[in-house]
Amino acid sequence: MNRFGFHINKSRLIDYDTSDRKVRQYITDREPSFRVCFACGGCTATCTAGQHASFNLRRMNTLIRRGEIAPLREEVSRCMLCGKCQLICPRGVNTRNVVALAAEAIMKYDRNEL
Amino acid sequence: MTVMTKHVIIAGGGVAGIEAAGVLADMGHTVSILEKEGNPGGHVSKWHALFPDRRPAGEVTGYLGKRIENENIRFIAGTSVEKIERHGGGLTVGISGGTTLNADAVIVATGFDLFDARRKEEYGYGIYDNVITSADLEQMFNDDRLLTSDGRVPDRIGFVHCVGSRDEKVCNEHCSKVCCVTAVKQAIEVREKLPGCEVFCFYMDMRMFGPFYEELYRESQEKYNVNYIRGKVSEASGTMKKRVALKVEDTLAGRPLKMEVDLLVLMTGMEMSKSGAKLAEASGFATGINRFLESTDNHYGSNMSKMKGVFYAGTCTAPMNITDTISHARAAAVEAVKYLSSK
Repeated sequence: MNRFGFHINKSRLIDYDTSDRKVRQYITDREPSFRVCFACGGCTATCTAGQHASFNLRRMNTLIRRGEIAPLREEVSRCMLCGKCQLICPRGVNTRNVVALAAEAIMKYDRNEL
Repeated sequence: MTVMTKHVIIAGGGVAGIEAAGVLADMGHTVSILEKEGNPGGHVSKWHALFPDRRPAGEVTGYLGKRIENENIRFIAGTSVEKIERHGGGLTVGISGGTTLNADAVIVATGFDLFDARRKEEYGYGIYDNVITSADLEQMFNDDRLLTSDGRVPDRIGFVHCVGSRDEKVCNEHCSKVCCVTAVKQAIEVREKLPGCEVFCFYMDMRMFGPFYEELYRESQEKYNVNYIRGKVSEASGTMKKRVALKVEDTLAGRPLKMEVDLLVLMTGMEMSKSGAKLAEASGFATGINRFLESTDNHYGSNMSKMKGVFYAGTCTAPMNITDTISHARAAAVEAVKYLSSK
């Protein structure tokens, strides 16, 4: 059948009914300020890593909230934990801790420890 | 003080104070307006044009000027109210200079201060000459001189929303409400005066809460080609060519963005006025987490203080536009009259 070029595209839908929000829960329990992000993007604007790589803390926060954790694995390793985002954040999110917890949560998730 | 003549003191001679005084004077009461500045009108007297219809601000200040031309109103300039106390059946009002006055009722209309943009150091106000505030831009419109500090006609102007509002870092968590639509209005005015100048508004949310605000926003896109980028500017820096370089995330594109502008306009928000805060502290008036005066009820007591005979009007209670300030001041006057007639 491959000769005819048929294939099934993976759904791009954020399926909130089946997505796994354990990572979100893990982070929110330990860093409640994670909840108050209003997605202004100040963190991403000031982020040194984000100028050159696909690291985007604002988008990462949204993805975690939606239970979309697949893209996180790579992204989270790009943060250098410099903390500029934390200086800028108008909502006072402890952004460095969010990144550290996200990395930790993914590790545990992969080991089935969440 | 005779029993028949009721004397009301109004702290503040801006929009709220003058409107409340006008209503009370029309009803035959004697009113003294104490204004700390030399002239009546407050902030609006420095403004060029008003949203949403872009009428000249002079029309409103003209209305206010006529309002105080009333034989029942005494306008006392250069004097601030320092303290209000209950005293027997009335109120004593301590004013600057140490004297006290008696009043049957007091309306607090001490207004707001504009956020001091220097406190948001990363935007460079007071450091880079081509970073200005929305109030500075109104002054430029008044002077009919829309140029950069080095005398160039700007090719590109940026507006930063929420400067000093919705920002925990400067201890202002509240939204100042009017800056969004002010930016839209000013963006249109720039495009009208300088059709060759590109205009960009950097916003987090566009809060078009009033009648015809959304229409003005649409008009700015449709007719004036104003550009909107959703993202909070994280920092501004001066360039060798005296331009201002911005760093922001274009959150809708999901990528960091840099842009140079010739002029950067900071939309400064509203804060509780320093003089109002002093008065509140001296008199024991409650203030909210936003530091504005806290009334007895958010819905049906927004003019009421906890001190009998003292009422609140206008932006000393929260950020407000002129329309709402006038309504709020009229309501304060009605509450004062109700109180005076029950005495």
